Formats: sequence, C-alpha cells, structure tokens
Amino acid sequence: MSGRQPVLTMTAISKSFPGVRALDGVDFRLFPGEVHALMGENGAGKSTLIKVLTGVYAHDAGAIELAGQQVSFTGPMQAAAAGVSTVYQEVNLCANLSVAENIFIGREPRTFGAIRWGEMRRRARDLLAKLDLHIDVTQLLGTYSLAVQQMVAIARAIDIQARVLILDEPTSSLDATEVEQLFRIMRQLRDEGIAIIFVTHFLDQVYGIADRITVLRNGRLVGEYPTAELPQLALVEKMIGKELDVLESLEEQSKRDLAAIEANTPFLQAEELGRKGSVTPFSLTIHAGEVVGLAGLLGSGRTEVARLLFGADRADHGKVAVDGKPTALRNPIAAIGHDIAFCSENRRTEGLVGELSVRENIILAMQAARGWLRPIPRRRQDELVDKYVKALSIRPADPEIPVRNLSGGNQQKVLLARWLITEPRLLILDEPTRGIDVGAKAEIQKLVVQLSDGGMAVLFISAELEEVLRLSHKIAVMRDRQLITELANDHTVDADRVMQTIASGTHHEGPQA
Amino acid sequence: MSTSKARWAAVTGHALFWPVVALIALLVANTIYRPGFLSVEMKDGHLYGSLVDILRLAAPLILVGLGMTLVIATGGIDLSVGSVCAISGAIACLHISQQPDQNALGGVLVALALGVGLSLVAGAWNGALVSIIGIQPIIATLILMVAGRGLAQLITEGQIITINSEPYKSVGVGYLLTLPLAIFIAAGVALVVAAVTRRTALGMIIESVGGNAEASRLAGIRSGRITFLVYVISAVCAGIAGFMITANVSSADGNAAGLWIELDAILAVVIGGTSLAGGRFSLGGTILGALLIQTLTTTVYAMNISPQTSLLFKAVVVIAVCLIQAPAFRARFARRPPAAPAAPLAADQPKEQVPA
Repeated sequence: MSGRQPVLTMTAISKSFPGVRALDGVDFRLFPGEVHALMGENGAGKSTLIKVLTGVYAHDAGAIELAGQQVSFTGPMQAAAAGVSTVYQEVNLCANLSVAENIFIGREPRTFGAIRWGEMRRRARDLLAKLDLHIDVTQLLGTYSLAVQQMVAIARAIDIQARVLILDEPTSSLDATEVEQLFRIMRQLRDEGIAIIFVTHFLDQVYGIADRITVLRNGRLVGEYPTAELPQLALVEKMIGKELDVLESLEEQSKRDLAAIEANTPFLQAEELGRKGSVTPFSLTIHAGEVVGLAGLLGSGRTEVARLLFGADRADHGKVAVDGKPTALRNPIAAIGHDIAFCSENRRTEGLVGELSVRENIILAMQAARGWLRPIPRRRQDELVDKYVKALSIRPADPEIPVRNLSGGNQQKVLLARWLITEPRLLILDEPTRGIDVGAKAEIQKLVVQLSDGGMAVLFISAELEEVLRLSHKIAVMRDRQLITELANDHTVDADRVMQTIASGTHHEGPQA
Repeated sequence: MSTSKARWAAVTGHALFWPVVALIALLVANTIYRPGFLSVEMKDGHLYGSLVDILRLAAPLILVGLGMTLVIATGGIDLSVGSVCAISGAIACLHISQQPDQNALGGVLVALALGVGLSLVAGAWNGALVSIIGIQPIIATLILMVAGRGLAQLITEGQIITINSEPYKSVGVGYLLTLPLAIFIAAGVALVVAAVTRRTALGMIIESVGGNAEASRLAGIRSGRITFLVYVISAVCAGIAGFMITANVSSADGNAAGLWIELDAILAVVIGGTSLAGGRFSLGGTILGALLIQTLTTTVYAMNISPQTSLLFKAVVVIAVCLIQAPAFRARFARRPPAAPAAPLAADQPKEQVPA
C-alpha cells in the first residue's frame, strides 16, 4: 500500500466553535481499497472531521486534497458529486418512499422531465444485486429492517460513483448477523478499490474489518496505525489518554472499608436487568454510601444502564429490588418515588428546560413530586435555591435568568441542585463533568465524596478513568453493551487494569469471565 | 444618555412593544378618520363609545385566547374551540327555548351549566386523544372542529334556535356598573386562569412540558395529565365564549356561531408573544392580541372599508405586526448603522451538539 497515492489527504485541519477547539491541526490520509477506522472518544473530533470533509462545516485552517486536487466542498451534495459519499448513523432516507425512489431521489432517470419508472426500478434492482441484496424495490423502504435500509443507503452512496465512502457508525442499530452482512459488502467494495472511512465505537468491529486506524483525542491527532500493529489495549489507551491530573489536590476516595459498606443492606439490587437492543442483562448492587463507578467506552452501554435504573427506558428483562423489596422501575416517576435521581449526560435535551429560569429549573423535580396543586411557597423556593446556588457556587448567582444563558459547568450544577433538593438516596450521574472546566469538575467531584460520606449511594458514569478511579468504591466495567465485570477499587486497581479489562473483554481474575 | 438609551432599548425590545404600537396606531388612525372615535359618553347609566364596543366584542375572543394560550404553551394547538362555542351555545339556547318562562333565572342557570358540562366533555375528548392516545394535537382537535359543527346542528336539529330570554341575553349585551357584563366575565375568567396558572405551579409546569417535554418527563412531571388539563380548560373557556356569542344575537346557529374564532385566537396568542413551539406563555399578551384583532375588525367597519377588501386589509395589518415582531426580520433592517443586532442573533443559537 505504501507505494500508492492516497485518494484523500487532509492536512493540518483546524476548526473552532465558540468556546471549543474541535479540531486542532489534524492530518488524515486515506488510500484507495482500504477500510480505515476513525477512532476516538466522544468529543474527540471524529464527526467534526467528517463534516469538514463533506463540507457541512467550513474549516478554519488546513487543506483537503482529493485525488491530487485541492478541494473545499460547500456541502454534502457537492462532496457527493465529487465522489465523497456519506452514510450516516441514523438512516437518513425516506421510509415512506419505495426502495427505488430512495436510491434515485433527486437524480431520477428522466425523459422530457417525466420519470422513467421502469428503468429506475431495473437499475435499483441491479445495484442492490451487486450488494447481494434481492428485495422488491417497489416496496416502501420502511417495511424493511434497519439493516436492509442501511444497505440501501450504501447502495445509494456508491451509485454516485463514490471514490470515498464514509460510514458514520453504521452498525449501532444492527445485530451480529446484520453486521456480518454489512462487513461482507464493505470488503467487496474495498476490493473494488473504494476507500472506506469507518466510524464506530465497537472495538471488535474495528479489528474485524479495518486495515488501518486513525485515533483522535480532544481534537488532536494521536496517530495513524496499521490495525495489525496496534493491540486493543494500546488503542484504548490512545483513545482515552492520560490527562495530566490537575485535580490531584482531591484526596483519594475509596479508602473507606468497602467490606463495611457492602455489609449494609443494599439500597438497590438489579438482577439480570436488560432491554433488547439497548443493554444485555446485567446484575448490579448498590449500597447506601457507596459510589459505584461505571467505566467503559462511549457506546458501551453505560447510559443505557443508568436509564434502566431510573425507569427512563423500560426494562424487558430481569428484576429490581429497592431496600430488599422487589419493585418495578416502570417510569421516572416510579424511580423518583424510590428516591432515585438521574442527571442525564444530555443536559440540554434531557436535563434542563432552557427558557425557564435557574430557580424554576432547580425546583422542578421537587415541584413535580408535590403535584402542581401544592406549589412550593416562594419563600421556601428562594431559600432552597439560594442555598444551592451558594453551596455549588452557581455563576452568575442570579436565579431569575434563563438557565440556557449559563455556561455548561453551571448548567450541570443547576441540574445537580434540582436533584439534591429532593434528597435522593441514589444519585445517578451520567458524565457530570463532561465539557465543563477544571474548577467546576473538581467541585463536582468533591461533592460526590461528601454526598456518599453522608450516606447517599452514587452511580458515577464517566469516560475519564482517572475520575472513576478516584471516586468509586467499586467499578463496573462495560463493553459492547454488556457489563463484563465488577472490580473492587482497592490498591490493585489502576487505570491500566481497567483499560486492560475494557480491551480484552474479560476479567482475568473474576469468575464472571 | 446611555442609561436612557438602554431604557429605550428595553422598552422597544419588550415582546409586547410592537403590538402596543400597532394598537395605538390603529386607534390614532380611527381618530383621524372620525374625530369622535375615542369619546365615551354616558347614556341611561351605561357607557357608550367605540372603545367600550371594542372591549365588549373582544370578550369572546379573549376567553378563547386564554385557553388557547395554555394549549399552545404545552406545544399543542386546539382547532376545535369554534365548534365548542357552537355546541355550548346550542345546548344552552335549546334548554332555554324549552322552558315555559324563558326569563326565569333558574332555567338560564341550568342552561349555562349544561353548556359548561358539554364543554368539559369536549375538552376531555380532545385531551384524551392527545395525551392518552397520542394523536398529534392539530389532527386530534381537527376531529372535533369538524364533527362539533355537526353535533351543534344535531342539537338545534338543523334550525336556528331563537330565544327571548333577558337573563341569557345579558351575558352578551347586559350591563353592570355602567360597563358591559361581557367585559366583567372576560376579566373574571382571565383572573381565574391567571390565578390557577400563576398561584399554583401549573403555569411553570405547562411551560416546562412545552419547553422540553423529555426533560420534564425525566424530572418526574406527569405531562399526560397536564396536557389533558389544558385541553379541558381551553374547551371550558370556549364554552363560555359560546354563551356570549349566542347571547349577542339571542339565537343559536350551529353553523355560524364561533366560526373561524380558532384562527383569531391562535393569532391573538402569537401576537401576544407566546411561541407556537410551546414554552413561556403570556396571558396578558394574549389579551392584548385579542384587543388588537378586535380593534382591527372595528376599524374595518368604522372606515367603511368594503367587505371585499376588508379581509385583505386585516391580513396586511396582521402580517405587518407579525413581521415586525420577528427578531430575524427586525435584525435585517436594523443592520445598517450599528452592525450589532445581526451578530448576537447568530450567537444566540449555541451549537447544539458540539461535535462528537
């Protein structure tokens, strides 16, 4: 491969958004006839890089060369015309149109403006046959499985004389056999000389299909490696990285006796809890005063576990007991009734109500629990809000401004305050420190320690291993939508061991393996 | 200097600034056309004048608009209010027409109770379709918008029921303390709705559901119940408006009563600064919007604008108000001397997902 010319070269690409440097001098090259995995944690810049390539975003600096030509696309349509086709994670075709219409939408074969339906159907059939897919192209796309829809999207992409095919997490909604079918097609296309960029969070799939891997982290290029020369552990390390620890002042948690905590009656016990297509059945026990860390790469099912325990999604397998009594966490209201609180990782879409004030957002959960007929007296509201604005140092300290005007870290604190005033017994924190500055991060970590000292159980989810290690008594490790093992966070556990567990998919000591 | 400028900016930036300007402009235009327009005189202990007329005639629209505001704040819409007006008016008039003495207060009260009761059922129907079955509000309420007219026709058996009942008539054209009773009814309902939403937590919870339904669900809000409730409130408001509309003419016409009032009500809500996407709502804004629309209608009549062009005239004024209220539109024209307003607009929209 070394003697060949890359079909695509991106050099020193930089892109900033207000307050965020999403890409910082990233190089990327792609050779014809290869499957190239683009890897990185959430926020690493994978999507931004792809959007810069396809012209969704204009890059601030750097150059893109396609087949030796300097290019700068103004949008995906133009990129597609030049041979760069993208298949997105969510199948973005029209379920209410036929398969053939979907493939040829916008470029139907025409005679004097009239569509030649027969030819369109025939060409659609031929095209799909090339992908070994024999379906009725006159049926509505929506009647077929997601996998087939994904194939149709690919068929559409490659019919536009694609030289570069970008598959952005195409497998996240597919099952194992469907993934295999997709891989067969990817290999076939690769052998025909098409260059494929493959974005995924599933490690196994990378090693199943990719020829080379480019790793990004925090908007920077970590490196480009032939897959054979990059063991899984090394890949995980490169993706997660080891940040210089600015938070060392915070004392290590977990020196308390885990055995003592575990001797208490468990607050919550989940047994074989699961949901099809979301997370494989898992068992997890959380005690009062215990911080359970949930480690794993993005997309490994961490959030899905949290959502099941909060009733945000309904489990279709297994059972749950709170205080030793069996119960069903059918919806958030049921979970809140058991004093469970959940701070979602998506603050904007699942957490805060942007146009409501800081005060209203803080009292929202408490008010919801009381019902609208029993408003919290204004004086009590002000007391509570005042207390938490001070305790969490929410800035600006004006509770009447709309919460959307606050910075990410302060929004996170508002969300925390909302649940803290309800005095929960289990607090589920999903990525509470993502995208916020170091100071706010340290404050939130300190708070977690305080709360668990006070007897609150905490389920702490974070992509930052150091953080999970520092705070947790016990670490549950997730991989590929499966809880693979639990590690007692004693002196034998460090980031390397957790990474190893994530990478190998097995726990070398545990019985669960 | 700079503080007065800031104060001026705060005034012009207020959501209701332009509707108020439009209202004043209409009143001024009317006064120029007919100098006596603003005068109010006392006759037989009653106040008369165009301004009083506008308030009285706006009362049904205000009522419907109040309920509509809450529905829209949850992110929904209620197209059936016009039909509910017709239904409640029809059942009330039917009951009165069957009384031996149409002027008996007892019979009229029962008639009103029947009308409110039927409105409750109508609201519950809408609420159930939207919150329990999960039909899109525009479709769910379209059902009753169409079917409700038929229902009203059934009640009146296809006839126009004419009644001769002084107590009922007074709902529309009666007077209390020198002012039309309808104004008091509208003000009373407005106060009740304001109290129910702002003295309890209902208003905030409605805004929360409309502002971010998923976040509200995860905060433990029973949004289904809230949604159900706002459709019931909306239907009851419409039912009371139905009494006024039929009392004005002392007859119930299943076809004509409250026809197209839903569109005026939606318009009043939007002019009042409540977003059709849901979220923050303003009852005061809706009342102002209703008054603006009624003033416009009165202007059309007062200026003898021919019926053929009156709708066009109305449309032009409404478009002008809506455009001038839209920040994007204002930014485009305010751009010239200080380039400022255009830029913050872009910054207002934070990148939703800072790319993964």
